[in-house]
Amino acid sequence: MTDLSNSPIGKAVVRREDHRFLTGSGQYTDDVMMHGQTYGVFLRSPHAHARIRSIDTKAAAAAPGVIAIFTGADLAEAKVGGLPCGWLIHSKDGSPMKEPAHPVLAQGKVRHVGDGVALVVAETYLQARDAAELIEVDYEELPPVADTATAAGHATAVHDDVPGNVCYDWGHGDAAAVDAAFAKAAHVTTLSFTNNRLIPNAMEPRAANAVWNRSDDSYTLYVANQNPHVERLLMSAFVLGLPESKVRVIAPDVGGGFGSKIFLYPEETALVWASKRVGRPIKWTAERSESFLSDAHGRDHVTKAELALDKDGTFLAMRVNTIANMGAYLSTFASSVPTILYATLLAGQYRTPAIYANVKAVFTTTAPVDAYRGAGRPEATYVVERLVERAARDLKMDPAEIRRKNFITKFPYATPVGLTYDTGDYDATLRKAIEIADVAGFPARKAEAARRGKLRGLGYSCYIEACGLAPSNIAGALGARAGLFEAGEVRVHPTGTVTVFTGSHSHGQGHETTFAQVVAARLGIPMENVEIVHGDTGRIPFGMGTYGSRSLSVGGTAIVKAVDKVIAKGKKIAAHLLEAADTDISFENGEFKVTGTDRKIPFAQVALTAYVPHNYPLETLEPGLNENAFYDPTNFTYPAGSYVCEVEVDPETGHTRVVRFTAVDDFGNIVNPMIVEGQVQGGIAQGLGQAMLEQCVYDAETGQLLTGSYMDYAMPHASDLPNFTIDNCVTPCTHNPLGVKGCGEAGAIGSPPAFINAVTDAIGTDELAMPATAERVWRALQTGKA
Amino acid sequence: MYAFDYQRPASVADAVKAGGADNRYLAGGQSLVQSMKLRLASAEKLIDLGAIAELKSIRKDGDRIVIGAMTTHDAVARSADVRAALPALAEMAGEIGDPMVRNRGTIGGSIANADPAADYPAAVVALGATIKTDRREIAGDQFFLGLFETALEPGELIVSVSFPAQKQAAYQKMRQPASGFALVGVFVANGSGGPRVAVTGAAPTVFRVPAMEAALKGGFTADALKSVAASADGLSSDLHASAQYRAAMINVLARRAVTAAGSR
Repeated sequence: MTDLSNSPIGKAVVRREDHRFLTGSGQYTDDVMMHGQTYGVFLRSPHAHARIRSIDTKAAAAAPGVIAIFTGADLAEAKVGGLPCGWLIHSKDGSPMKEPAHPVLAQGKVRHVGDGVALVVAETYLQARDAAELIEVDYEELPPVADTATAAGHATAVHDDVPGNVCYDWGHGDAAAVDAAFAKAAHVTTLSFTNNRLIPNAMEPRAANAVWNRSDDSYTLYVANQNPHVERLLMSAFVLGLPESKVRVIAPDVGGGFGSKIFLYPEETALVWASKRVGRPIKWTAERSESFLSDAHGRDHVTKAELALDKDGTFLAMRVNTIANMGAYLSTFASSVPTILYATLLAGQYRTPAIYANVKAVFTTTAPVDAYRGAGRPEATYVVERLVERAARDLKMDPAEIRRKNFITKFPYATPVGLTYDTGDYDATLRKAIEIADVAGFPARKAEAARRGKLRGLGYSCYIEACGLAPSNIAGALGARAGLFEAGEVRVHPTGTVTVFTGSHSHGQGHETTFAQVVAARLGIPMENVEIVHGDTGRIPFGMGTYGSRSLSVGGTAIVKAVDKVIAKGKKIAAHLLEAADTDISFENGEFKVTGTDRKIPFAQVALTAYVPHNYPLETLEPGLNENAFYDPTNFTYPAGSYVCEVEVDPETGHTRVVRFTAVDDFGNIVNPMIVEGQVQGGIAQGLGQAMLEQCVYDAETGQLLTGSYMDYAMPHASDLPNFTIDNCVTPCTHNPLGVKGCGEAGAIGSPPAFINAVTDAIGTDELAMPATAERVWRALQTGKA
Repeated sequence: MYAFDYQRPASVADAVKAGGADNRYLAGGQSLVQSMKLRLASAEKLIDLGAIAELKSIRKDGDRIVIGAMTTHDAVARSADVRAALPALAEMAGEIGDPMVRNRGTIGGSIANADPAADYPAAVVALGATIKTDRREIAGDQFFLGLFETALEPGELIVSVSFPAQKQAAYQKMRQPASGFALVGVFVANGSGGPRVAVTGAAPTVFRVPAMEAALKGGFTADALKSVAASADGLSSDLHASAQYRAAMINVLARRAVTAAGSR
């Protein structure tokens, strides 16, 4: 074992990337300026649903500065394909999901407000924008299908080849066992609710700059993206029919993604294709209002959920019926979110023996919906934790007690929905959260609030999630059309400094710091000697990128495996230099040692020898010290935790304030506690944003986006939230060498039900929709009075 | 943003000479520039009022406070004269938008724009202010005509707003959570002409609530309003609140404002 006393592991090392971010030295896609730069603007549909009768680009093409205008017809003529979906789901009847075409620019029909109709390329951005207004599109308006709940069987088909608008009707679990358990249950708790639709709102809008290189007929795409290799593979092989080797995708500094930058979007695909037509680089940066219209949205479920219990509060079975909105087209991973990432999590932290979920995915005339921070797990946690809290109230049990009574306590534990939890201690996180939140003092605080005319409430949420996506073979069996491993390369330089190339991508997570901590600790060298490179398919090995809180557990493990290969080879070199057997060499604190002696040489000397092999076993060992590794995990990781939220409601206005929020998470081992806390703080703010404020609304009559700007879409402000109290329990993950589980999404997963459980506790009602706006809370109170 | 010409006159006379037609005055730019960026508004020429010194002053005139049209919200909030004579107005100005808006936005720009959810219109009406323009004086009650609509003629420029000193006044608002504008804002004042209750945010334009004013004549206390419900008729119903909720909040906020005013 490496001696960890001087190790940077577990230390709150200041993020090395922050200096450039905070001093304006970051290099984002929009900062990239190419020689001969041109600018692209997309003309977008003003209608939710319409047939395109004709497009007249004559006036626009003659406008000042215009270089070219492309429409769907140009792409069809060039035989550019549609965008693919990366996950195949089969319906209960065995039929594959419906995959209607997802054109790069509209072909014949537009299917949501903001659907791309034409690309204008001009010398300047403003010229392109002015010209786009001169394009005349003759639309024949069609009725919109904007509502999730009523899309299935709607008389209007979003896609002519999918009448009824159902993408799939999927079932998961043992329906018969669930029915049997409900039949003999002493009590059934039922809830119906929506999981409100959200707009991601990364700080940096999506952007791309596509460059065609005349010399070798290759392309370089700068793009705000979370997984450049996936982007390249999908775009080159599946849409444009180019060899991957002719396309280089660079995702430089990226200002947040929250999932919305995982996907292959039409815009960058059109840009790459057009860059060769134009023969000049084309840049596009979304305006914020374009982001609202065209980024893949999140959530949007309508659910009825039931929990069967015996008279003592033991869970017997759960039945869940969900309608999930896919939007107008299947985005890259859309189909997996309300299925594989949702129904498989419905056991939560509990020993519910039988669970069945039916998920119907529907097409609507709204922007595509795909993974957004948590992706399926927030929706699952909301179902489970609202039901459990409600069941406790129904049975007049303490909400902590009913959870404790049903907690999984023995590991590994195979759930009835297909996952095997490797480890955890749910009681420990709940106990610690209750203690820190001072639940014992709550009645006194409630009484004090009542004296001020305010209503206090307390709510729990004990979430679990599956991260570290995941074993490729299992994912493949579940419909994944991609592998889910990660790759890392460790290149040791002659003087012993190290450059690490990772397939993971950092867009706010701080990988350049965390990964450097891991490598420096393992090699026993200073962090300053470790450089982390990510985000460029021209430099990094083929990896799957960053989503699903997978970077440290999967990407970090790939790096560790490569480091271990470096150490193993280093031992052979050291054995030669020290004239000992390989098997007698140990590696500790950056030194190779002959075990049991004081004969040793430092890592840097071994590195130098590898590249200056004057005294070197060349007959048996290649020179150089450069290793790569691919890591495909054997299981998901299972971060879990307990959140306690305390709110105060003004009964006259319904205005609700979070007054205390306690989060105790189990992320396994923690490499950088400051970064982890930052992730949890941000995640909780995002989750409370969903529960308190955010909602994406399309008008049912017109299909127009009503929340198309920050004037109407309410993001959480610092002033809306208290300081959160954050702590940890640690049960190390059993199946990766770092013992880590992932922390990026937990806050957004665990916090919404904690908040809603607290508000409903305060106002004494069970029905309260997210976001719990002041008016909704006020109305619930009026109903209570009546 | 569409292209436009730009002029920065140094006097009111020069500004007015340039005004009218498709030209627009630019005050703090907190609404106009945003709409122009979204291409929802455009102008042949922007006449930037930022260099006209005479528009940027706060002065006492007998028992009145006269605020130049280009005075920022922040300047009003911090003014010792305003805080002494019109504490409710200073507090209201200090709660408009966020610090950036308060450092750029102006009283003249706000009332000329007549946003249905802006705060200043409630103060102008409740306090019985007078708006002085380059050509006349307009009573606060006659100034706001409708949604983004005022009594100003084309090219007419607000020079200042004159408020009678009034300590017994207060403003309470509930913010629309996305924009931060008033979902409902109620300004109450117990002036020499009797109590006034002016409401912003709840309808296309600011309005008074005569029933509440009558009730307060009998005693300027929150209890006097307890059973005086505001009608939901004509109130706005939108994504953020129904007319019914807005009506209920008018009563809640009016009572709270009266309590706050009474404690001064």
